[in-house]
Amino acid sequence: MFDVDVWQEIFSTIKKNKLRTFLTGFSVAWGIFMLMILLGSGNGLQNGVTQQFSNNSINIMWLWTGDTSIPFEGMKEGRTIKFNNADYDYLKDKGENLENVSSRYYLPGTIMYTYKNEYGSFETSSCHPALLGMEKVNVISGRFINDLDMSDFRKVIVIGDNIKKALFKEEDPIGKYVKLNSVPFKVIGVTFDKDRRNERTSYIPVTTAQRIFNGADRVHTFAVTTKMVKTVEEAEAITDKVREGLAKRHKFDPTDKKAMGSFNMLAQYIRTMKIFQAIKLFVWIIGIGTLIAGIVGVSNIMLILVKERTREIGIRKALGATPSSVIGLVLLESILITTVAGYLGLMVGVGIMEAINYGLEQSLAAGGGDRMFFLNPTVDFTTAITSMVILIVSGALAGYLPARKAANVKPIEALRDEN
Amino acid sequence: MIQISNLHKSYVMGHNSLHVLKGLELDIEEGEFVSIMGSSGSGKSTLLNILGILDDYDLGTYYLGGKLIQGLNETKAAITRNEMIGFIFQSFNLISFKNAMENVALPLYYQKVSRKKRNQIALEYLDRLGLKEWAHHLPSEMSGGQKQRVAIARALISQPQIILADEPTGALDSTTSFEVMDILKEINDQGKTVIIVTHEHDIAAMTKKIIRLKDGVIEEVIKNGDLQLFKDRVRTE
Ligand SMILES: Nc1ncnc2c1ncn2[C@@H]1O[C@H](COP(=O)(O)OP(=O)(O)OP(=O)(O)O)[C@@H](O)[C@H]1O
Ligand SMILES: [Mg+2]
Repeated sequence: MFDVDVWQEIFSTIKKNKLRTFLTGFSVAWGIFMLMILLGSGNGLQNGVTQQFSNNSINIMWLWTGDTSIPFEGMKEGRTIKFNNADYDYLKDKGENLENVSSRYYLPGTIMYTYKNEYGSFETSSCHPALLGMEKVNVISGRFINDLDMSDFRKVIVIGDNIKKALFKEEDPIGKYVKLNSVPFKVIGVTFDKDRRNERTSYIPVTTAQRIFNGADRVHTFAVTTKMVKTVEEAEAITDKVREGLAKRHKFDPTDKKAMGSFNMLAQYIRTMKIFQAIKLFVWIIGIGTLIAGIVGVSNIMLILVKERTREIGIRKALGATPSSVIGLVLLESILITTVAGYLGLMVGVGIMEAINYGLEQSLAAGGGDRMFFLNPTVDFTTAITSMVILIVSGALAGYLPARKAANVKPIEALRDEN
Repeated sequence: MIQISNLHKSYVMGHNSLHVLKGLELDIEEGEFVSIMGSSGSGKSTLLNILGILDDYDLGTYYLGGKLIQGLNETKAAITRNEMIGFIFQSFNLISFKNAMENVALPLYYQKVSRKKRNQIALEYLDRLGLKEWAHHLPSEMSGGQKQRVAIARALISQPQIILADEPTGALDSTTSFEVMDILKEINDQGKTVIIVTHEHDIAAMTKKIIRLKDGVIEEVIKNGDLQLFKDRVRTE
């Protein structure tokens, strides 16, 4: 059935019906083209948004405080809630729900950095060593803050690449001292972030920050990583637990979002991924719908074709064509049209998405926009293969009815002279 | 070659049933050259279709080359047709988008003969029928007589024992008709059984045996010896 002759038979009929074949093929090509564009766009959006999450661990949670807005146990609203080092110890011992904790003390006022004749003001983050794995901190030389720095209240600093360039130029900053206001800090590391968000930030141990900048045991915010869970509900439950615990310690209503703010990235992440799953499903439904329209088109045209070729089929049968060879002829023609047209649609669709991707990467490399909501909008190999399989199967489906009709042609009826 | 006994065939259309063949008896030996005559609607084509296994019959028996042809499935029927029978039609029934050579080669395609080989054989047959120069022409570029010769080449290429022709000269002028009949006669001389359906007495007179159909049975068989008589009768008619 798959010898060259069959294909030559099919090609000769296709050649005879170029326009019709083209129109049929076009509807299929269009269907698969749309599917690829939609899938690619969906992927691009998903990759873009996932990229946003990749700035931090997806299971990070931030906590911060404010003034109470709900009266609690006889106390009026408007009370200022403040975290302290004891809260750090509390969260650290919190058990299985939380993995790592880092506290941050906001340095007061503007901190002026000075190295030799160079100076500037930059953002200074105080933190625990654990922050390294939680927020996106990429140490390119030296090291990050360690436990000894913490316990010895060492005046050490990890600076962003841009700070290094501003103050040290080409000099190696490691081991040099930079003055924060008038206090010298030893540079122990340099960080670099290709998304350029943290390059102008430097990190110092929170213990040192509290001691040098008069913080006592004051903590402004916590970054914690939670246990990895699968559902929004589980993630929210962890948030609620943490809120309840801290609310008890500081005597405020756990539901008071003003007293203590919290943001659970994981819940957000799971929610977003769910949306993308829905989008993906939607895209497949639309795409498959378009494809089905194309297939119905092919089927219809093949039916007309079979009707027009009734006499030819009758002749073939009289000359010895078996029903299966007739079915093969129609079926293979249908599969051929769908597959070739579909493949072209697939290639054009994937090509366009790749071109868009190329453009995006160019603009990204040129430094344009650090927040890409559209990233790598391409269709992966498996999806393309799946689509091809769907195409071949649909070609067979499209050809099935016409092929049956062709096989049922009665030679005596097809050959009867109507003159 | 062909033994038919008590052959019945009816066409059923809705509530009506048309009894066309009513217990027909027919024997045709190998190498005969037979024409079937009869008035329009007498069932000539019906009989030929049954002989060609293009149609079933309702009752009776039909032996072709000693084999009972009855209730064959389509695949078996197709294979038997391909191997044993060559068809020639009034309206040629060439495939319009295939050239003469490809048309002639088609029966061999269904015998899974390679393209190169079957085209070569097709050229030989076309050559034999004087159409070598026309091998690469489409049917639409040929005259009726040429087309019928292509059709004859196609009927012969699978080397069948029997040639069935339903009014092979019906669409041709008299000169071409006689040319075609000469070819059929030649084929018959080579030993093949040839059965034609025709309206025309002078065409029938060129065969060796005439079978007259009437009311679904054979009314009269005119054999070799009596043929001259038949010819004379035709002349006076
Ligand atoms: N498929 C069919 N369905 C119904 N009736 C049919 C069918 N084929 C033939 N008939 C009828 O059967 C009868 C015999 O038809 P047939 O074609 O065998 O006649 P014929 O002898 O070949 O006539 P003609 O000389 O006109 O070709 C006719 O009355 C015809 O109308
Ligand atoms: Mg007839």
